[in-house]
Amino acid sequence: MSDQALIRLSGITKTYGSGQAAFQALKGIDLAIDAGDFVAIMGPSGSGKSTAMNVLGCLDTPSSGSYEFEGVRVEQLSRNERALLRRNYLGFVFQGFNLLARTTALENVELPLIYRGEPAASRHAAARAALAEVGLAGWEHHTPGELSGGQQQRVAIARAIVTRPVVLLADEPTGNLDTRTGEEIMELIRALNRDQGITVLMVTHEPEMAAYARRVVRFLDGRVDSDRRNGEDA
Amino acid sequence: MLWNTLLLALRSIRRNLLRSFLTILGIVIGVAAVITMVTLGKGATQSVSDQISSMGSNLLLVRPGQRFGPGAEAAPNFKLADVEAIRNQITVAEAVAPVVSKSVTAVYQARNWSTVVSGSSNDYFQAGNWEFAAGRSFSETEERAGKAVCVIGETVREKLFGGQNPVGSEIRIKQFSCEVIGLLKPKGQSAMGSDQDDTVVMPLRTVQRRLSGTQDVNRLTVSVREGASIDAAKEQLNLLLRERRNIGDNEEDDFRVMDTRQIAETLTSTTKILTMLLGAVAAVSLLVGGIGIMNIMLVSVTERTREIGIRLAIGALEREVLLQFLIEAVVLASLGGIIGIALATGASIALAGLMSIPYLFDPGINLLSFLFSAAIGVIFGYFPARRAASLNPIDALRHE
Repeated sequence: MSDQALIRLSGITKTYGSGQAAFQALKGIDLAIDAGDFVAIMGPSGSGKSTAMNVLGCLDTPSSGSYEFEGVRVEQLSRNERALLRRNYLGFVFQGFNLLARTTALENVELPLIYRGEPAASRHAAARAALAEVGLAGWEHHTPGELSGGQQQRVAIARAIVTRPVVLLADEPTGNLDTRTGEEIMELIRALNRDQGITVLMVTHEPEMAAYARRVVRFLDGRVDSDRRNGEDA
Repeated sequence: MLWNTLLLALRSIRRNLLRSFLTILGIVIGVAAVITMVTLGKGATQSVSDQISSMGSNLLLVRPGQRFGPGAEAAPNFKLADVEAIRNQITVAEAVAPVVSKSVTAVYQARNWSTVVSGSSNDYFQAGNWEFAAGRSFSETEERAGKAVCVIGETVREKLFGGQNPVGSEIRIKQFSCEVIGLLKPKGQSAMGSDQDDTVVMPLRTVQRRLSGTQDVNRLTVSVREGASIDAAKEQLNLLLRERRNIGDNEEDDFRVMDTRQIAETLTSTTKILTMLLGAVAAVSLLVGGIGIMNIMLVSVTERTREIGIRLAIGALEREVLLQFLIEAVVLASLGGIIGIALATGASIALAGLMSIPYLFDPGINLLSFLFSAAIGVIFGYFPARRAASLNPIDALRHE
């Protein structure tokens, strides 16, 4: 862990509700992530791993603490600035795929580029290339309803990487898939990390999937419980 | 940004065809109903005023008393001398017809028919634009002597004589026989909806002697010469009658002079009320259409909220999402409005043809109902989206 960490969380807390009903999901997280790393975040249900992921992805705001992304204090950014950060630096893959219904694979993958204002021609080319990269060449005009779960997750990955993001955030990307398909998806994500240098943050509760990562961070009760590199001894 | 957002909006409409169709349908029905109702109402009003102007726009009708109907105060009838005075002193009066009316039963052989006998002079035919289908009007001798002769309308002929020519036959009215000397050409319904052809006309003196038993005249019909001012004639007539009826300067008239224009106003105001009533009924259907749209939008809010979550997560700005939804709503509402106007125009022309009333295009109601439907579409399409777009992306994504 160097001083030039891509992402640095210091004392991040997140509280839901207020007063008696308040629930503290994150109780002070300190975490630094280097560019090009592949980090798996593990932990039992309710340990705060998904909440931490949402904060890291700027989908949710922390209650306190500081979040630096390439030296920028994210918690001080406006709503629109955070949207631009997601647009230009982050790609998301969700457990439930979250593709637009009744929308072809190509149009789903194009979507982030439309918001970036890419011209139509280069947009189409980039979307086709991204689909080919995840092994879905020829499936451009199928809608999510016509695709299997594994194929839908591939479309979602293509949508996440079409913008060449700095960080890919994956929240239980294999949670809705059978083991074999899950392994294919993990191979794909590992290849993206290895070959393109995309930093990957992945939440999972399956040790088999976490084994693909270079580093495993375990959460327990809203705190970091352990943090080690794969291949090191426990 | 605008161009890309437009693209996204159109894609979204195309993708959700059923939802788009139902939204448009609600607007189409509401807009078409309102425009059709109001347009037909306007046509009916126009048709009534057309009928009135066919009566002639140069008629003055004079009745005793200020008001009609129940509660009307008793006011003296007119005298024959009044008629003479009007003929002599009001130079713009072309024809002055005194009229005495009585409801009677007319009998011919085994048939009888309840009708109204009007006693008057040949001026009656002139003032009322009557033409003769057969026979002749009264002779001077018949008028002066009050002979038992009559001219009948088409309805009376049909009821008493069937298809026969009535001229020369005798009909019985009360206790006397009366020779039919003329048959009037049919005029059809009056603007008030009564059958103008259901009439028997006799010389004034005949009716006064044999039916009313007085020298009084119930009402006067005065036609004004072509080109002369109706208002001036009315004014003159008013002054003359006030003088003849000894009405002091501070007293109200005890008679009323109406011109056909005034009658037209009364009648058109009635049809206007009916038009408003129809319009109100149609407005309810517009409202129901609006509620339909609201339902569709609210039902799809969960799906749309997740969609908004996805868009925010992959980097859409809140204002881009809102603009897209606004464009979607405006496009759908405008499309519905345009189809509704087209449908209403077709239906109005067809129905106006069936009801034989004129078709009148009313830009005001077209614009109004279009704007209203557009507002409904925009409000119910846009505001749920605005709420969703203000959520944290993760909350929108997890919306159930």
